[in-house]
Amino acid sequence: MLSRLSRFCLPSYLAKANTSLAAITAQYSSIETDSFRVHEFTEKYLHHRTAEFTEKMTFIEPSHQPTIPIYRVTDSSGKFIDPTQDPNLDKDFAMKVYRTMSLLNEMDKILYDSQRQGRISFYMTNFGEEASHVGSAAAMQDDDLVYAQYREAGVLMWRGFTLEAFINQCYGNANDIGKGKQMPIHYGSLEHNFVTISSPLATQLSQAVGSAYAFKRAGNGRVVIVYFGDGAASEGDAHAAFNFAGIMRCPVIFFCRNNGYAISTPAKEQYGGDGIASQGPCHALNTIRVDGNDFFAVYNATKAAREMAQHNQPVLIEAMTYRVGHHSTSDDSTAYRSHDEVKTWNTKEHPISRFRTYLIDKGWWKEEEDADWQKEARKEVLTSFNASEKVQMLHPHEMFEEVYKKKTKNLQHQQQQLDEHLEQYAEHYPMEQFEKAPRKTD
Amino acid sequence: MASRRGLQLSVQLARQLHSSSKRLAAFTFSASQADPSLGATSKMNLCQAVNNAMDTALKSDPSTCLFGEDVAFGGVFRCSVGLQEKYGKDRVFNTPLCEQGIAGFGIGLAVAGATAIAEIQFADYIFPAFDQIVNEAAKYRYRSGGLFDCGKLTIRATWGAVGHGALYHSQSPEAYFAHTPGLKIVIPRGPIQAKGLLLSCIRDDDPCLFFEPKLLYRTAVEEVPVGDYQLELSKAEVVRQGKDVTMVGWGTQLHVLMEAAQIAKEQLGADCEVIDLKTILPWDVDTVAESVTKTGRLLVSHEAPVTCGFAAEIGATIQGRCFLNLEAPITRVCGWDTPFPHVYEPFYLPTKWRVVDAIKKLSHF
Repeated sequence: MLSRLSRFCLPSYLAKANTSLAAITAQYSSIETDSFRVHEFTEKYLHHRTAEFTEKMTFIEPSHQPTIPIYRVTDSSGKFIDPTQDPNLDKDFAMKVYRTMSLLNEMDKILYDSQRQGRISFYMTNFGEEASHVGSAAAMQDDDLVYAQYREAGVLMWRGFTLEAFINQCYGNANDIGKGKQMPIHYGSLEHNFVTISSPLATQLSQAVGSAYAFKRAGNGRVVIVYFGDGAASEGDAHAAFNFAGIMRCPVIFFCRNNGYAISTPAKEQYGGDGIASQGPCHALNTIRVDGNDFFAVYNATKAAREMAQHNQPVLIEAMTYRVGHHSTSDDSTAYRSHDEVKTWNTKEHPISRFRTYLIDKGWWKEEEDADWQKEARKEVLTSFNASEKVQMLHPHEMFEEVYKKKTKNLQHQQQQLDEHLEQYAEHYPMEQFEKAPRKTD
Repeated sequence: MASRRGLQLSVQLARQLHSSSKRLAAFTFSASQADPSLGATSKMNLCQAVNNAMDTALKSDPSTCLFGEDVAFGGVFRCSVGLQEKYGKDRVFNTPLCEQGIAGFGIGLAVAGATAIAEIQFADYIFPAFDQIVNEAAKYRYRSGGLFDCGKLTIRATWGAVGHGALYHSQSPEAYFAHTPGLKIVIPRGPIQAKGLLLSCIRDDDPCLFFEPKLLYRTAVEEVPVGDYQLELSKAEVVRQGKDVTMVGWGTQLHVLMEAAQIAKEQLGADCEVIDLKTILPWDVDTVAESVTKTGRLLVSHEAPVTCGFAAEIGATIQGRCFLNLEAPITRVCGWDTPFPHVYEPFYLPTKWRVVDAIKKLSHF
């Protein structure tokens, strides 16, 4: 094909060029029109970033571009590499970090097992990603709004959402503040500025931008942080959100947990480029990639990001981590990844043990104390768990509540139909698990 | 891609509408009278009434933002003319060309407590936002147990046939959304209703879809109250009294039904009652049932395709409520089960002659 081209097209073009060089030169833009276009492209097309012409035909080859480096503060053993990056946490704060990460870990173990025993219907663990949750949460203000995907329970735990609240949600019992409407782990708390989780992936991203825009207009100094996985970043909503945030200049932080897998799909089948972080600069987002298993890297980066976001510079953080657990209780990850891979991340490269080394080095914690603490944490979780299990569900009328602010005539009618049905057929329904009377009357 | 195409076409459509609306009109507009208690009025077309409603909303609530594709310069149908100048670039602004982003952004504004008026340029392009509307907006309050909601969100979109809009500038997608608990869906028939109903949607505690019949933007002119007023949602209106047949419609089709009712009176001696449903979800079953109890016959008509169109819901519900009163099968006069065609539009639409024919058959059943 190429030889055909050169045989027929190229010689004739060259011949033309040789014979009427002057005429062809005249077709090229003059300096004046170049400068008009450079000005136009710069001012109107490229957000004041200077446009340039080149006479060298060069395609950008993605594989030859350097990758965005991974910011880290400590090494795998929890030692500081550059001492200037040590945020110098005080002991109480550092201990809260550790207790939150390890309590989350204990809660995960127990709730995972309880699903296996059929006591709750579903669960998703946070194994291996604890530092990205707590590191980012600890760097934010408590009234900053959080939009999460589903694997960010550590953020909510950091803010003081209780074990009871977590477990009540998983049971969907009458004490669940979400009133038993959603699957387990779909937490939400107005009190903790944590927007209720929903299953559709990435929908929360553009919503976070909208909320950030409202905060910007209100001038209330609040920032929005929105979490999502590397898989969710492939959704159209992610593109929409990055683009809207870049243009609207909103106080928003996009926090991507790149844990290598979206269920069974490895990252290499998720995107062809330099991870998720590389999408930041093209959408005018200040961008950083961090070691997601390094609490300090996540903490420092999020703290700096919050400062930028507060000044209406949106930020993208990509935390490189690893999903140690199965995707969910409905997944067996041994079907698509090696045992050795998981084992390494779960032992040598684990974020909690890395942070524990730091505490021990500081003299704030002893290896021996750990077993006791784990026992204590386990007991706490089990106590909540047993209490939650005994609580009934709300009366079935709750099913018709909050579809709309005010119950519609249609829904009142349907509620009545259910009542009439249950009057005759109650024996066929699990009535004993539900409260006998509705808490609201309308 | 589709939207960009829509964007180019829309300006053209708007111009053509302006110049040749008479040629296109397959109906005659029946103007309404405003309730005199609403005070002074001014002549407005539907476009101006929408503009006036948004002006009122922006004025009365400083958290209100209006946004979408091309709204800043006044909108491709001129509905937002002058509003950016009046309220500032931070309150009336263009978004990137991305419907799912527009809907998600609007939900986020509303979650944070701001009032959001999002525009989708054509209802035909609302489908990229379907997930945000159906899975997110509609379920926000329910799934959070009332902790969070996006009740302050209203999504406006131009809607319905326009004479030559073909597949992607003519659609009436209300039935897709009517299957979604948590949403409110409202369609006005003229300027007075457009202003009052839009203000109600904007101030309602639930997320609303407000579909504006684009064929009426300029052709429909009424004396619209200039003050701040709202019209009740989920309330149908008997626009024409009758005793023989009940006819239910909404949007542009209401005017087709009014004309058909007149023809039926003159040619068949049939006295038709015409009801403007106005709110598709949650709809006013009582008003329709009461009318059918009286007339014993029901005809429902909409531009959207017949299969699973909203007429099916009305028919099934009224059959359940009025079984003993019905003297003829409930009849649907709707678009055919095809995509909305270009040159065949005159044959696709549920015209007044198709309605008259259906009334004839209903009367002789």
